[in-house]
Amino acid sequence: MMEIVLIVTAVILSLAAAGAIIRIAIGPSLLDRVLASDVLLAIIGATLCIDMAVNRHLNNLMLLVALSIIGFIGSVTVARFVADRREQPHES
Amino acid sequence: MNPEVSGVDTVIDTVSAVFMVVGALMSLGAAVGLLRFPDLMSRMHAATKPQVLGLFLLLASVGLQLGTWWVWPVLLVAWIFQLLTVPVSAHMVGRAGYRTKHLHKELLTTDELEAVVQKAADKRDADDDETSGPA
Repeated sequence: MMEIVLIVTAVILSLAAAGAIIRIAIGPSLLDRVLASDVLLAIIGATLCIDMAVNRHLNNLMLLVALSIIGFIGSVTVARFVADRREQPHES
Repeated sequence: MNPEVSGVDTVIDTVSAVFMVVGALMSLGAAVGLLRFPDLMSRMHAATKPQVLGLFLLLASVGLQLGTWWVWPVLLVAWIFQLLTVPVSAHMVGRAGYRTKHLHKELLTTDELEAVVQKAADKRDADDDETSGPA
């Protein structure tokens, strides 16, 4: 049964990663790309979890904890320093 | 082989298999939402599904499959830190998205930040008038 689950989840997560990468490629703004890369990080964490559950080992556990602790720093930094480069009406 | 034990094993395998498939479907749902939703705010709504519920389901399946009690605190730590850090980045990204106007105003039902931003802009204008003298 675990082999079937592995194949099904591999297909699903591959499609999900492809969707996130497409959004990173075509995303109209920088924040869309940051959000899509966050989703890609969550998908990678999901693959680590499924690898541990199917093969019954704990090699990735510390990596997973570290991801959940410091994975938000990148998007916070980009969101802090993002600037509006489009023309905006400036009344003054 | 004891049939009772293998029955419990079958139940645990089935539950963790369902958790894994549903958790993977959360990621797929986030990707579909990222591709189809019109603006940044609605895409953020879709993006939180694999980060919280998907991670919870997959960590639970890891704990069920390993079957030792001491992995549960570590998995709980991973999930709690995810719960603590995801809102921080979502807050920053949402606020930056609002300030850089990456949203469709006509899709919002309520906008509580507009009054605050307007007040800050008015205060800045008043300060400018004070420093540059009466116009």
